[in-house]
Order: sequence, then structure tokens, then C-alpha cells
Amino acid sequence: MTGFLVLFRRELALAWGRGGGPLLALAFFACTATLLPLAVGSQPARLAAVATGSAWLALALASLLSLERLFAQDYEDGALDLLALGPAPLEAVAFAKCLAQWLAAGAPLAFAAPLAAIALGASTALAPLIFVAALAGGLGFSFTGGIGAALSLGGRRGGVLIAVIVLPLFAPPVIFGAGAVEAMAGGLDWRTGLMLLCAYSLAAVALGPFAMAAACRNALS
Amino acid sequence: MISSLHIEDLAVDRGDRRLFAGFGLDLRAGEAVALVGRNGAGKTSLLRAVAGFVRPAAGRVRFAGAAGDLDPDEARSGGVHLLGHHDGLKTTRTAWEELLFQVRWTGGSRAGAEAARERLDLGPLCDLEVRKLSAGQRRRLALARLVASPRALWLLDEPLAPLDAARRAAFGALMAEHLAGGGLILAAVHDPLPIAAREAEIGA
Repeated sequence: MTGFLVLFRRELALAWGRGGGPLLALAFFACTATLLPLAVGSQPARLAAVATGSAWLALALASLLSLERLFAQDYEDGALDLLALGPAPLEAVAFAKCLAQWLAAGAPLAFAAPLAAIALGASTALAPLIFVAALAGGLGFSFTGGIGAALSLGGRRGGVLIAVIVLPLFAPPVIFGAGAVEAMAGGLDWRTGLMLLCAYSLAAVALGPFAMAAACRNALS
Repeated sequence: MISSLHIEDLAVDRGDRRLFAGFGLDLRAGEAVALVGRNGAGKTSLLRAVAGFVRPAAGRVRFAGAAGDLDPDEARSGGVHLLGHHDGLKTTRTAWEELLFQVRWTGGSRAGAEAARERLDLGPLCDLEVRKLSAGQRRRLALARLVASPRALWLLDEPLAPLDAARRAAFGALMAEHLAGGGLILAAVHDPLPIAAREAEIGA
């Protein structure tokens, strides 16, 4: 257990620095909120219609951006050898890395998501739900994205491979999460969507580390 | 605690190519073996097979303790240090942060890390980011974890390459100490080790 905590602290420090950490979230949403009105037109009605959806798009893309280095850095500098010979199994290593990634990049994105949506014209009443859904969705993004990051180890153009691998895995949380927020905005039942989103993310947390560890072992051999 | 390593009739493939076959070696507590062979003969692959990363095509690797054979996974996660071509250091963190992590992850203590810092003369480097260190300084930083966290079997891949003559001799003293304490060393080398070691040739 101490081994796991030692690793988790280090991963958190690394994730905080990797790709800008929490600042990346703010920069990314600032870009989205600025560029979207320029791209689709600045009529408030039109912007409000796409506000929540664009927050989800930004969340998914920003998660993708920082994923590339999740395992690749350790693989290239030899640290993955060290991690594989530690007291905790590679499954626990993968879990620690993804959890740290979520705390350092996903959680700040979840804080920024309602701000961006409101700036684009979404109702402030939706803010709590957008936050909770982004938090849960970010967890799913981190643990499914980790699978793509681990599978792409050792390949050239790993970043492209990650995007292709995780795209289908990112679709369900976007559908459930954005669907829940849309449903609430339309006065419909939003709980089902949120629960499906949480179920998806928790399943990713439970199963993802096994896939990541298997992919890492394959890359190490 | 690993007291002996037995490599029996080992064969390793890389892709479709057989690197070596029928390799056997017994290594007991207090012994060092220098693994020699031409470039590409499979020295690194052999070390990685002993560490459990490369699955052998034939043969097996056994670890034995005082009370008989050990579970290979447990033996590796608690008793093996592997130092490869790469030092496994993060360039954006300070030398001390990385040393402390590597030592604690491999089962050592803060006190052990501090002692290793003095022993390998790393004190002046500790506050520097790893990216500012030279290749030899990085290697010394990586070697410090071998000294700081007690693991019986050292698997070393060209451990001396970036070190200068004085540091090689100093590391020789550390290896001799490790062997005297019942350790085992298997090192892939081109230059002779600075300690008395049996030679094993691979792909002869």
C-alpha cells in the first residue's frame, strides 16, 4: 500500500506538469468559448443551442490531448521497467496513473465546463449538472483513454493511434452526458442519462487497468 | 530473499529470429557473472527474460531462496533490480525527487536514499532537474537505488558505460560489498567488470 501511495504522489506531480495540467483545461475552454461564436455565428439563440454540446466536445478533446504522454514517457525513458518491478502489480500502476490524470486534468476541466457553457448562453440552472456530468465523464475519458495510450506504446505516431482507438470509447460518455444535460434543459428526466454515464465511467475504472496492464506487458516484451 | 538464480536451456526469439538457444547459467549468492557477446547476440533480451519482461521461447528461469524455489513474480517484484540502457528518470523532476521515488518504490527507505546520496556523491546534484545532469551523473543517480534499496539480484545492462575511471572503481567497490552481503550480479558488459567475475558468453 505504501508503494501505491508513493507512486500515486509521483504520478500526481507528473500529471500536474504534463501538458500544462490544470491550466490546459482553462486554456482549452477559453479557446472553445472564443472560437465557437466566430465559427457558428454570434446569435445568442444559436449559441445557447450548442453551448452544452460544445463543452462536452472540448472536454473530450482536452482529455485526448494530455493522454499521449501517459504511458509513452515512462516507456521511452525506461521508467516502465522500474514500475513493472515494483511492489504493486502493473494493474495498480495503471490505476494510479489514470486516477492522477483525472485529478490533475479531468477535475479542472469539470470546473471549467459549466463556466464555458454559461458563457456561451446555457442556463445557469444547468451548471451543477454540467459539473457533475463532466466530472464523471472525465473519469471515464481518463480510464478509457489510458487503454488507448497503453495500446499505442511502441508504435510510431502513437498520438494518431490513440485518437483512433479511443474515439469509439469516448462516444458513450458524450452521448449520455450531453444527453442528460439536454434533457434537463428540456424539462425531461435527466437522471437516467447521468446514471448511465456514471455506470460507464465506473465500468471503465474497474476494467480499464487490466487492459492497460496487459498492453504494457506486451510493449515491454 | 533470492539466494540463487537458475537459467535452464533458455531460448529467446525476437520476431521470427532466434536470438539464442540452449543458454544455461547458475548464479549463487555472492557471485557475479559478466555476460559477454557480440552486439545483437541477445544480452539485453536475456536480462529482460530474467526480469520477466520477455517470454522465453523455450527453457525457464528459476529463483531459489533458502527454503527452495520462489514464486517468480514475487521474487521479481521484491528481489530484482534491473538497470537498463535507460535510467528511468523523469527529466522535469529534481534528482532528489527521482532518487527518493525510485528508492521507496523498490522497497527502500528515506534513510537508505540519504545514505546512497552520500555514498555516490550526489549531494551537490540533488536540487538540479534531471535534464541538467550529464549521462554519467544520471547513471550514478540510477545506481543509487541499487545501493539504497536492498534487493538481492542486480541485473545490469552496460552499467559502467557512461562512468569515468574513478567512478567505475567506486562502483566496483559497491558491487563487491553487495556480493559480500550475499547478493547476486548478472551484468551484460563489453568492458571487464571492476570486480572478479565469471564470464558467460551468449550466442557463441
